[in-house]
Amino acid sequence: MREPIPPTLEVVARAEGARWVVLDGDWRVEALCSRLPAIERQLAHLGEHQGLWWDLERVTALDSVAAALLWKYWRGARPPGLTVQPEHEAFFERLGRVPLVEAPSRRPATEVLVQLGQRALDFLGHLLRVLELFGQLVFDVLRALRRPSWAPCQDFSAALYRSGTTALPITALVGFLIGVVLSYLSAQQLRTFGANIFIVDLLGISILRELGPLLAAILVAGRSGSSITAQIGVMRLTQELDALAAMGISRTFRLVLPRVIALAVALPLLVLWTDALALAGGILAAQQELGVGFRLFLDKLPDAVPISNLWLGLVKGVVFGGLIGLVACHFGLRVEPNTRSLGAGTTRSVVVAITLVIVADAIFAIVTSRVGLP
Amino acid sequence: MSTATQTRDAVVEVEGLTTRLGGRVVHDHIEFSVARGETFSIIGGSGSGKTTLLRTLIGLRSPSEGRVRILGHDLLTATRGTQQDIRRRWGVLFQGGALFSALSLFDNVAVPLRELHLLDEGVIRDLVMSKLDLVGLAADDAAKLPSELSGGMVKRAALARSLALDPELLFLDEPTSGLDPVAAAGFQALVRQLRRELSLTVVMVTHDLDTLAALSDRVAALAEGRLIAVGTLAEVRQSDHPFIHEYFASERGRLPSPTASEA
Repeated sequence: MREPIPPTLEVVARAEGARWVVLDGDWRVEALCSRLPAIERQLAHLGEHQGLWWDLERVTALDSVAAALLWKYWRGARPPGLTVQPEHEAFFERLGRVPLVEAPSRRPATEVLVQLGQRALDFLGHLLRVLELFGQLVFDVLRALRRPSWAPCQDFSAALYRSGTTALPITALVGFLIGVVLSYLSAQQLRTFGANIFIVDLLGISILRELGPLLAAILVAGRSGSSITAQIGVMRLTQELDALAAMGISRTFRLVLPRVIALAVALPLLVLWTDALALAGGILAAQQELGVGFRLFLDKLPDAVPISNLWLGLVKGVVFGGLIGLVACHFGLRVEPNTRSLGAGTTRSVVVAITLVIVADAIFAIVTSRVGLP
Repeated sequence: MSTATQTRDAVVEVEGLTTRLGGRVVHDHIEFSVARGETFSIIGGSGSGKTTLLRTLIGLRSPSEGRVRILGHDLLTATRGTQQDIRRRWGVLFQGGALFSALSLFDNVAVPLRELHLLDEGVIRDLVMSKLDLVGLAADDAAKLPSELSGGMVKRAALARSLALDPELLFLDEPTSGLDPVAAAGFQALVRQLRRELSLTVVMVTHDLDTLAALSDRVAALAEGRLIAVGTLAEVRQSDHPFIHEYFASERGRLPSPTASEA
């Protein structure tokens, strides 16, 4: 490997009064790098002159980058007087064949109205597909019930472990901390009114009815929702989905069903677990701040909070779990075979799942406004 | 540079290369060198460590023992600048093409050019289009995503990308696997033409006997972790190692191929 010879160019007057631009040295990208601004200035200057002859026969090396650079200052055409070494001829021939079109852009400019329409159609499309997936899921459940031995039990148990068991630590930590914070903040207010014992009502209702299910659902949407979408999406990238289809294995039966059902089973259990830890955190803070002891709190809890609140929370868990699973699988199956689509699909899956969970929670709040409240 | 003078003509030098993967010895003190302008093929059965050897050559994994010198430098001990310089002077064609799936074909080929941070978009456009022309892809294909291309087109596009900076050294991993015989022959012709035009040194891993016969100057057979034979195709075929017998015996039942005679 030799050190690059600096590329140079100079104007020489030769016989017949012609002015020649003579290039010398290594016209290669390594040699050009550091001297490019100076060379480009020279080339731009020379490019303005007409009737120059170009002598490239003395260069010690020429690569396509240098050729394209010269081509630019020749304004995309071969100058009439040009001599090159025969082995470099191909570069210029090929550049001469480059069609005069703009570099392709894949984003055609569209009007705002058209974009809006496309968005709306896109949304409707997703809605229809999710409905379709849900319908298929119902059929798949029936199919699994009719022939339990054919049901994808192993997939189900693996999905249950991944989305349920492994979520225990994080839901515990978050639940516990939220319980402490909620109890601590409420204590400041309740103490002012001397209503210390109402901490039980406050924590019981808010955690069992709202916070437990919501916290667990949001955490699971972030954890399992994204992982399911990414997993199914990569199966598209690696043609595993095609392989399943070619073997006549239903992707909804083998992939969607176990995951959605696993989430619908795991989430209520996680809700119960989060409730318990949030209450534990709440009791701890209540003891510190208000002197409401452990025994007193638990004795008072069944009277203060109707049991229907717990059931409501668990039902929410089932619905949220099913929603998250359905949305995650839907976006996973919609991933196109490229990495950008995979990233976008995963993001959308989590965002849509969390939004839907909160919308569903609002609907629950309206529909069940008479249930479980004293 | 003392090393540069010693190795003036060897583009790739491998000394005592040993690779262990999970306790298994994949390569056992392999030695070979590739001269400038030569096409060097590595053959071997599935799982014999051909691709691992190629990955070691291009520095994607470091050898357990031994040294690999590319263009006169040991990648493991070279400075960052030298490493970068060397990587710019070689092109790698991966088995599956390894095109960036989120980028159009045009942008894929433009990646190494844009990475120079030197050229304006007009020059890049000219360069990319001329590279696509070089590998026989139409300008209309430039806007397509890799998932919209056929296997042969993916290989061509990947080759265009690996040639973007006019490398001196080209690594090909199974360049014709997954191509039909016509496309494979076309690809061989393309590589031959490029070798002529760009005076390339080529290091190739292949399964395909036709490609082997059509392109190789020298062949190395890898089996049981060693290079059991190195030489021209004819010399390697003379070897009495059972692997070589089996390997080339599979060719016996085949039709005589017109490309084989050209080598």
